[in-house]
Amino acid sequence: MSPYLPQTENDRRTMLETIGLSSVEELFEDVPEQHRFPTLNLPGAVSEMEILNELYGMALKNSSTGCYATFLGAGAYNHFVPSAVPAMASRGEFLTAYTPYQPEVSQGTLQAAFEYQSMIAELTGMEVVNASHYDGATSMAEAAIMSHNVGRGKRNKIIVSPRVDPQYRQVMRTYLPAGQLLITGDEDLNAGLGDLKAMLDGETACLIVQNPDFFGQLLDVDGLAEAVHEVGALLVVVANPIHSLGLLKPPGEYGADIVVAEGQPLGAGLNFGGPYLGVFAATMKHVRKMPGRLVGETVDVDGARGFVLTLAPREQHIRREKATSNICTNQGLIALIAGMYLAYMGKGGMQNVAEICYHRAHYAAAGIDKLDRYQVISSGHFFNEFVVQCPKPVDEINQALLEEGILGGYDLQLDYPEAVNQMLVCVTEMNDRMQIDRLIQVLGQIG
Amino acid sequence: MKLDKDARYTKEHEWIRKEGELFIYGISDHAQDQLSDIVFLEPPEVGDSFAQGDSIGVVESVKAASDLYLPMSGEIVKVNDALVDAPEIMNSDPYGEAWIIKFKASDPAEFDQLMSPEDYEKYTQEEE
Amino acid sequence: MRNQLEPLIFEISSPGREAFTLPELGVPEVQLPEGYTRQQLNLPEVSELDFVRHYTHLSQMNYSIDTVFYPLGSCTMKYNPKVNEKAAAIEGLSQVHPLQPESTVQGSLQLMYELQEALKEIAGFAAVSLQPAAGAHGEFAGVLIMRAYHESRGDSKRTKMLIPDSAHGTNPASTAMSGYTVVELPSDERGNVDLEALKQECDDTVVGLMLTNPNTLGLFEEHVLEVCETIHNCGGLIYGDGANLNALMGITRPGDLGIDVLHFNLHKTFSTPHGGGGPGSGPVGVTENLAPFLPGPIAAKDDDGYKLVLPEQSIGRMKAFYGNYGVFIRAYTYIRMMGPDGLRAASEMAVLNANYLKARVAPHFPVAVERTCMHEFVSHGDVPGTDIITLDVAKRLIDLGFHPPTIYFPLIVHDALMIEPTETESKETLDAFAVAMTRIAEEARTNPQVLHDAPHITPVRRLDEAQAARKPVLCYKG
Repeated sequence: MSPYLPQTENDRRTMLETIGLSSVEELFEDVPEQHRFPTLNLPGAVSEMEILNELYGMALKNSSTGCYATFLGAGAYNHFVPSAVPAMASRGEFLTAYTPYQPEVSQGTLQAAFEYQSMIAELTGMEVVNASHYDGATSMAEAAIMSHNVGRGKRNKIIVSPRVDPQYRQVMRTYLPAGQLLITGDEDLNAGLGDLKAMLDGETACLIVQNPDFFGQLLDVDGLAEAVHEVGALLVVVANPIHSLGLLKPPGEYGADIVVAEGQPLGAGLNFGGPYLGVFAATMKHVRKMPGRLVGETVDVDGARGFVLTLAPREQHIRREKATSNICTNQGLIALIAGMYLAYMGKGGMQNVAEICYHRAHYAAAGIDKLDRYQVISSGHFFNEFVVQCPKPVDEINQALLEEGILGGYDLQLDYPEAVNQMLVCVTEMNDRMQIDRLIQVLGQIG
Repeated sequence: MKLDKDARYTKEHEWIRKEGELFIYGISDHAQDQLSDIVFLEPPEVGDSFAQGDSIGVVESVKAASDLYLPMSGEIVKVNDALVDAPEIMNSDPYGEAWIIKFKASDPAEFDQLMSPEDYEKYTQEEE
Repeated sequence: MRNQLEPLIFEISSPGREAFTLPELGVPEVQLPEGYTRQQLNLPEVSELDFVRHYTHLSQMNYSIDTVFYPLGSCTMKYNPKVNEKAAAIEGLSQVHPLQPESTVQGSLQLMYELQEALKEIAGFAAVSLQPAAGAHGEFAGVLIMRAYHESRGDSKRTKMLIPDSAHGTNPASTAMSGYTVVELPSDERGNVDLEALKQECDDTVVGLMLTNPNTLGLFEEHVLEVCETIHNCGGLIYGDGANLNALMGITRPGDLGIDVLHFNLHKTFSTPHGGGGPGSGPVGVTENLAPFLPGPIAAKDDDGYKLVLPEQSIGRMKAFYGNYGVFIRAYTYIRMMGPDGLRAASEMAVLNANYLKARVAPHFPVAVERTCMHEFVSHGDVPGTDIITLDVAKRLIDLGFHPPTIYFPLIVHDALMIEPTETESKETLDAFAVAMTRIAEEARTNPQVLHDAPHITPVRRLDEAQAARKPVLCYKG
């Protein structure tokens, strides 16, 4: 008997009698007989102790960031998670509830989501934030679709910078199969903002840029939104890494119409790529075209403040094939965690952590640049990621770093063929001066 | 169910009335009753042209959304912007204050194909 | 349940208060780039105790599986074992970056591979991709796979997707996102797909059919083999909505029945927590001929160990990285602890519980279609002869200590009350729920006002949704 099945022999008998059957098998007579009760070729059940031991064994075959100095970012970021955040987020009342369809018994989830929406709105400088998407990449794909809808389906061109995270661009192409919309701008991997602006026209639904871009550099956004709006298109900004907003001007302030981001750094941990958090923010003007769930404030029959899911008619369960998106289950728990992280870090903490990332990254960059055979080739300003021209292929360098307990940066050549021997190095508050000095020292020895 | 004796009706529960050279369009009392609390209207824009049967906008209630179809071809001349700020008027006064658009018909004869109030009343009863 | 309002986190904020601690900078400061920095950031300022009390209070304003019976139809709110959480938090599995060299993540890849293998076996498929993040995401992937398959054969005239009227709302939405048109099929009086209507629509423009089996009435499709054969004969494919797989583990395998592509809901069938709305996980399983089109990368194994590969004609990435990995760990833990016999027993008990509860509830709230149900059933939630509607019944259940079932879905049943008890509930709990339903049916006649006014015990009572939608307040305005 499984610990998760409480029916005793006696219970089963009584229940079958009530139904008027004599065996459990009779419940399944609608299933075609030749396909009924297949033998499942799976290993037999194990105890809790045994499964944990099996998993500890798998864990031992990994090199975790807990044991290695980690300088790898490129879309997923290694940040400290204050103990109070998982302690609160793992409460069963949050963890084992579902979508708040019944608001009276879901005020905890709803109010926390409203607070999340409010804090992300502040962080991004936007007016409305939805309750989450699957991750930053799917948020961006949905932003492209939303831009098309805002243009009443008449604008069929999506311009995307080649310096937007390559995986994000791939996901957008999966979401928008060839023929439906023209995705352009990133054919030339060297295209800059000027080139992208030159492509804007009356057919354009949106321009998508990432700031800081995938190479870590800050964009010069002067006049960008104005140029986009002049042709009636939307400016979509991918605000990765999201900690940069602790320090940098929020996209809402420079005219973004939609802001998306990966919310994983806000307390969710690395988890080998998921579950992460798709942040999605927009202006109030376009809220009815926005995909995803929204929590709004209202009052109850007694006039008390309460929170509900609202603007539901945009969604799939009502609009069916005319919905703004098919999204249903989202990343609620990760949004809860992100909201908790922002509340815990608060005003001072978010600024402080962003400053530590910034200054330590610049310290690391200066040190690496001084090495004979390495050169930091990021031009302009960067936040906490920068590009290093290495003397050898990045995977060789990373192999050598691993032997010294260091998880090196991302090999840009995987996505950008011209970026030969270029490593994207990421520094966060998790990398102290000793780790950085050690990285510089070991790189020098490899070179 | 309230009816406007001067209007003609569609199976999608919209009404149309003649107003001088123009036609005026809204949703019926039955439609607002079915939708219940109407919370949002997305009207077309002045100058938009539509063929007969085109979708020209959306009306939403708390629990439902419904496309607005124009049963005649024509060009939008006026949009009732007041409804965008106060969509609940569609619940309270569907044939009066809550007109949605005024349009110039390309083929005024299409009006004659619409249901009379009596036929529409019969239609809604059969539908239930 | 806490029935007191909690202020917003912003309202308990006080300038200068802090919860966080951070290390000293330890390196020289560098000039911040002028013109790039923000002027202000008005996030809350609270102490750690403020923080802990705030979120503890909020949590106490929720109903959850850990606190009450939660028979939310179609959502499979079964118990979420605590070992799952411990497993997912193992440092060597959780603190792993998705872009690490493959040699440093062999354990993570092994777990993905083993989970793929288990899902293949449970549902009878040739290949599985774990990448989709939720059911609707897996469903979208499934439709894109069907599209890619037809396109690879130069079969471009297929444009219509057949969807029974008992389908989940995500089915039509996913179809539209893929550029296809939806043709709705009616159900017959036994809740099956109407075969005559199906045959009339079957021609060479059919992309396929999206089949939820058991369907949203909780009924097993009695003509499943014939439905699949009819679609296959006209060159279409069958998409299986796996949201209801909890009825079928070890009972039958969708792949054996003729389903070509199916999404799993790890957060339903495989006991991973729903998280107040996610994360879910929606892997897709496919037959041999659709395997090349799977989204990816997926985990593979060769002599050198485990690796990530993209299927040769893949529809591409559905999201960044490989899927909701933390959910995989939990689902894998569950599958290993249950074993093949335990999985079958789980489905058997899910179906037994549902039929037992149906027998107890039906005298007061008649079921829509009287047949042996699978893991859930649909009743009419109104009380004839009174002005009590489903919503009143649902709200009254709250007072009696139960999370309401799914209401007003499926759309094809008037006043639907969709009840899914799951296998992890004891007979005593089901009996208590049945007693509550009986009491409500009585109250409807003797004291209807108590139903209209319900719920009475919650921090807020019925909320004004019209106001929320007309004048949306979506953020704290200070």
